[in-house]
Amino acid sequence: MLKRRLIPVLNILNGHIVRSEHFNVHQKIGNVVNQAARYNEWDVDELIYLDISRNRTYDLGRDDLKVKSYNNIEDIIKLISKVCFMPLAFGGGIKTLEDIDLRIKNGADKVIINTEAFRNPELIRIASEKYGRQAIIVSIDYRIIEDSPLVHTQFGQFNTGVSALQWAREAEALGAGEVFLNSIDRDGLATGFDISTINEFTKELKIPVISCGGAGDLDDFYEIFTKTNCSAVAAGNIFHFTERAYPRAKKELKKEGINVR
Amino acid sequence: MIGLIECGNGNIQSVGNALSFLNIEWGFISHKNDFSKFSHVILPGVGSFPHVMNRLIENDLVSEIEKYVRSGRPFLGICLGMQLLFEESSEYGSNEGLGLIKGTVKPLADRSQDLLVPHVGWNNCRNSKKSPFTLDESFYFTHSYYCHCSESEDVLGVSEYGQDFVSAVKKDNVVGFQFHPEKSQKTGLKLLNEFERLEC
Repeated sequence: MLKRRLIPVLNILNGHIVRSEHFNVHQKIGNVVNQAARYNEWDVDELIYLDISRNRTYDLGRDDLKVKSYNNIEDIIKLISKVCFMPLAFGGGIKTLEDIDLRIKNGADKVIINTEAFRNPELIRIASEKYGRQAIIVSIDYRIIEDSPLVHTQFGQFNTGVSALQWAREAEALGAGEVFLNSIDRDGLATGFDISTINEFTKELKIPVISCGGAGDLDDFYEIFTKTNCSAVAAGNIFHFTERAYPRAKKELKKEGINVR
Repeated sequence: MIGLIECGNGNIQSVGNALSFLNIEWGFISHKNDFSKFSHVILPGVGSFPHVMNRLIENDLVSEIEKYVRSGRPFLGICLGMQLLFEESSEYGSNEGLGLIKGTVKPLADRSQDLLVPHVGWNNCRNSKKSPFTLDESFYFTHSYYCHCSESEDVLGVSEYGQDFVSAVKKDNVVGFQFHPEKSQKTGLKLLNEFERLEC
């Protein structure tokens, strides 16, 4: 039987792993490759890297952390894929088929497209035809406005006014292999997942839904796995800041009878 | 030394990365004359069935693969690479495969309306016959089509998604895994080691 996935999300800002809150408070927490090695040790199901750099320049000089940083996304992907033998998904800054080619050629198994997929949905179709549906994740950032989840683009700053559910259905029809659903309202707040919105999505879609945004403690994982049918749960901060949160979460979930690895 | 057949659009480097990590020597096969250099060959397919099959035909690799397999040296197909071992697939119309294993490749979506497709994530494999491979583990899958074996003795491993499907095959020196051993952490890397140890 197919197991449900628990996926750490690492945000990359100018070559460093950072924490994020409401999409815009960032705090450096480490080196890209060292973090990858740590997740490798925990035998994680999959890793998601989101490059949230606003510009394309990376930090070359090193500073407070006394660790090396890397100056382009190809190098980062290459280095990670040489030490990590689990599925690797990379998102952020993808605007063209060439951006996708570059990531997959260097070791990404999947790419995550957000703003550009919304702006130019044709990109989903051509990318999916070239690499297969399984390689294309469409990411949807949403806020609840007057009781409905609405798509926000450009790092969550711009309210498109479009229903997130309607957009997810379109993305599925165009060839998306998975939907990565991210609640902006809950990003970094540790107040639990948005159960009701996630349920609306899994009821409507025939592709896997990865839910993100809001994990505060291990009980939140138990809640989302028992109250929704989402295929995978993703989280960032909790895995960085809570001691051994990943292996502990897996152990607890297994003990409670959740079908995880 | 293991040869990786270079075809298709996807992330073919990842199998090489896993082999390097295991200190197994490997190289790419992009020309038909390259086969003679290798004791073991892997077909790591990513992309669509007709696209990769056409690439093999265009690069004149099909008859070389047949010749290689007849020599008795070990041959492994991974994911789409396993599907290509079969006689025919219905992905994007009806397309002929390598025909090294008897059977056909069909869409998972035809099996049940309720299944999410692609089948993505970690699933268990059950060993169905004696082999040098440690298969009773969970591995990472990502596919929308599945293989149907005409001859049950070719089935090496079975997994369940809605119903049982063949997740590993073996016929003499030809082996196929529907999952990605190179993306399945230690349990997957172990299989690559076991493949490398198969006698020629």
